[in-house]
Amino acid sequence: MNSHTIELGHGGGGVQMNRLIQEVFFAAFGNELLQREEDAAILPLPSGAQSTMAFTTDSFTVTPLIFNGGDIGKLAIAGTVNDLAMMGAKPQYLSCSFIIEEGLPLATLKAVAQSMAKELAISGAHIVCGDTKVVPRGCADQLFINTTGIGLVQKPGLSASNVADGDAIIVSRDVGCHGATILMNREGLELGSALASDCATLWPVVEALIAADLDIHALRDATRGGLAAVVNEWAQASAVAIELNEAAIPVCDEVRGLCELYGMEPFQLANEGTFILALPAAQAEQALTIMRQFSPSTNAAIIGRASHSEQQAGTVVLQTPWGSQRYLEVPPGELLPRIC
Amino acid sequence: MCLSVPSQIVALHDDEFAVTVESLGVRRKVSRHLYMEPLEVGDYVLIHIGFVMNKIDQDDAEQSLALYQEIVESHA
Amino acid sequence: MPEPKQLDIKQLYDGFRDPATVRQLARTIAHEAQQLLQPLNIMEVCGGHTHTLMKFGLKELLPENIHFIHGPGCPVCVMPKERIDHAITLAAQPDTILVTLGDMIRVPGSAGTLAQSRANGSDVRPLYDPLDALTIARQNPTKTVVFFAIGFETSTPMTAVLLQQAEAQGIDNLLFHINHVLVPPAVDAVMADPRVRVNAFVAPSHVSVIQGADIYQPLVDKYATPVVVAGFEPVDMMEAVLRLVRQKNAGAAHVDIQYSRAVNREGNLTAQKLVADCFTVRDTFRWRGLGPIARSALQLKPHYQHRDAEIHFRAILPEHELDDHKACQCGAILRGLAQPADCRVFARGCTPERPLGSCMVSSEGACNAYYRYQSPQRAAG
Repeated sequence: MNSHTIELGHGGGGVQMNRLIQEVFFAAFGNELLQREEDAAILPLPSGAQSTMAFTTDSFTVTPLIFNGGDIGKLAIAGTVNDLAMMGAKPQYLSCSFIIEEGLPLATLKAVAQSMAKELAISGAHIVCGDTKVVPRGCADQLFINTTGIGLVQKPGLSASNVADGDAIIVSRDVGCHGATILMNREGLELGSALASDCATLWPVVEALIAADLDIHALRDATRGGLAAVVNEWAQASAVAIELNEAAIPVCDEVRGLCELYGMEPFQLANEGTFILALPAAQAEQALTIMRQFSPSTNAAIIGRASHSEQQAGTVVLQTPWGSQRYLEVPPGELLPRIC
Repeated sequence: MCLSVPSQIVALHDDEFAVTVESLGVRRKVSRHLYMEPLEVGDYVLIHIGFVMNKIDQDDAEQSLALYQEIVESHA
Repeated sequence: MPEPKQLDIKQLYDGFRDPATVRQLARTIAHEAQQLLQPLNIMEVCGGHTHTLMKFGLKELLPENIHFIHGPGCPVCVMPKERIDHAITLAAQPDTILVTLGDMIRVPGSAGTLAQSRANGSDVRPLYDPLDALTIARQNPTKTVVFFAIGFETSTPMTAVLLQQAEAQGIDNLLFHINHVLVPPAVDAVMADPRVRVNAFVAPSHVSVIQGADIYQPLVDKYATPVVVAGFEPVDMMEAVLRLVRQKNAGAAHVDIQYSRAVNREGNLTAQKLVADCFTVRDTFRWRGLGPIARSALQLKPHYQHRDAEIHFRAILPEHELDDHKACQCGAILRGLAQPADCRVFARGCTPERPLGSCMVSSEGACNAYYRYQSPQRAAG
C-alpha cells in the first residue's frame, strides 16, 4: 500500500479496502476459513453433527442515523441476518454491541431499539447477548452498532466460487437505492426526492427459494461496492466470465437521476436489501416466480449469465444497448462526484 | 465544464435568486445568479455545480428528436 | 404537422440516447466515411466527451478511418503538481479549511493527495456546489477557508458568484486560490506542435454555453479544421461525427453547433460580465504536460486581491516546478500524441487506485475513462 494512514477509501468496499484486508488482517491472522471471504463463515463442527453452522459479523456506522426507508437499527439487524441467509443459513441467534457517544438523545436510542425489534420479527431471530459502551463526546459519531449472527445451514454449498458455466445471474430488485438515499441525506448534497433505502430482511424469500429445492450456486447481498463488487468477486472466485445486459438491470428513475447528476454509476452504489443469485439457466424463471411474491423482490430480473472462458475468466462485461461492450470494474475506494 | 444535466423548474424563489429543479425525481434548489432572463415553472434548464447555466430550447430539442425519429423510420 | 406536446424530461435523456438512432447514425457515418480522402483524426477536447465515448462504447461503432485523440480538457489533469502541493500546504495550515470540487482531492502532488492530507488531520472538504464554501466560512468564523478553484470557462462564473457573495455578505474569512484555465489557448498550444495529426474538433460545449460558439472561430481561421460543438449524449456525439465527416467531404471548415438546444454563438452574457468583473488573464501559466502557455489562465483582479490566497500565503507556498514521474505519458496524451494504451505503465503500475499521473485519477481523465470502460473486444485482441 502506498499510504501510511487509513483513508476513507479503505472502507469503501472496493479495491482499496480489499488491499487493506489482505495486507493487514490476512497477513496477521489469516486462515483458510477467513480467507474464503464469504458473507458468513461455515463452521466445521464435531463429526456426527447434522449440519453446519454459519457465523458472521457486521458493524454499522451509517450517518444520518435515520434515513428514508430505515435507520441504523433496522440496518444492523437486516445486515447480519442477510449475511446468514446468503450462505443458506436460517438466522437464529444474534449478539449486539452498542458504542454510544455521550449526548445521544435517549429517544433516539429507544427508536433504534424498537426498529431492531420490528426487524427481528421478520426472520424470527433473537438477540441473546450484548454489550453497551458509552464514550465521551467526540469519540464516536453518535452511535455504532455491531451485530454478530449464527444459524444452522439449511442449504449447504452456496459460495462465490461455485458459479458455473451457463448460470443465469438474477438481481432481486432495482439497484443503488440505499447508497443513493444516504448520499442524498448527506450534508453537502441536499436533495429531496421520494427515494428510500432498500433496507430489508431477505430470509423469507431465501427460505422460499431453498424450499423449492433449486440448484442455487451462489447468493450474495450487494452491500458496499454494489452490484459491481459482487459480480466481480464471483467472476474472480469462480474463474468465470460474467456477461451482463445493461438494459436488463433495473434502476429506478431517482437513482438514475442522482447518478446522472454526480457522474456515478448505479452499479457501484450500496444496497441493503438487494441480492444477486446464480443458478442454472433452466431454473431461472422458477426462481423469478418465487422471488416476485415477496415485497423486497417484486421486480426481480435476469440480468446476465456466467460462462467458462479462457480469455475473459475473472472479468465482467456489460453489453450496452447500442451493441457495444465495456468492462464493469470493481469500484474504487471513495465515490466522489464528477464535475466534468 | 461538462457534467451538466437537464432539469425542469418546479418552483421559483425570486427572493433568494434560486429555483427548485427536478430531474428524474430528484429535486434540488439551485442558484440563478448566472441567468437573469425570465424563467417559468416548466422550463428546462442546464445545471452545473449548483447553478442554472442556461435555458434549454424546448422547441429545438423537440425538432431534433422528431428529426431523429424520421431518420430511424425512413431507414427501417 | 402534429401539435408538439410538452417535452417530457425523460425524452431529454432517452431521446438523445436512443439506441436505434445511434445505430442508424453509425451506419450513415460508415457509408459516408468511405469518401474521406484521409483518416479523420478528431480531437475531443473535453473530459466529458471522452467519458461519453468510452461509457457508451461509441468508438466501436465507427469505421477504421475515424480516430479520436484526447485533448487537454480535464481541469484536474492539467494541474501541475506544484499547484497541488499548494493545496496540500494550505490545508496543512493551522485553523485552515481547504475546500475544492470533487476529484481534486484524489490527485497526487509530490507527496500525496488531499485525501491523504485529510486522513492525516488536515481539514479538507470536497464540495459539489461552490456556494457551500460560504456556509462553511460562516460556520467557522475563527478559521480561514480557502476555496481552491478549478475548472475551465464553464466553472469560472460560479467562482465569480462566490466571490461577489462573499463580499456582499461580509464573509471575510474566505480566500481563493485561483486555477481557472482557458480552452482556446490550450487547444492552440496543442495544434502548434507540428507532430499533431488532428484535423477536426468536437468542441467543448458547456464552455460555449457560457462563452458562445464563436470562441472557436479563430481555430477554424488558423488551422482550417472543421469544428462541431456537440452535446454529451451518445446521439449528440454520433451526429457531431457525421457532421465532421460531411464537412471534410465537402472540403469545408466552419464552426457548426450540433448542441443547438443549449448553445448559441454569443453565450451567456451575464456570466461573461461577472467573470470580466472578477478576473484578469495571467501572463503565463504552466500546464501539466503542455508546459507554459501564454494568457491561458486567470487570476483575481486587484480589487479582489485581499482574498487571494497566493498573495496571503506567498511566504509558505512552494515555488519550484515539479515534473511528472518518468514513465508517465500524461503529457503526450494531453497533447494528443499518444493513447493511454501507448503508455507502458497504463494499467500496470498506474491504475485508478494507484495513479502515477492525474489522467488516471480524475474520472474525466483519458486514462481513467479508458481503464474503466475499455472494450473487451479490443482487450481480447
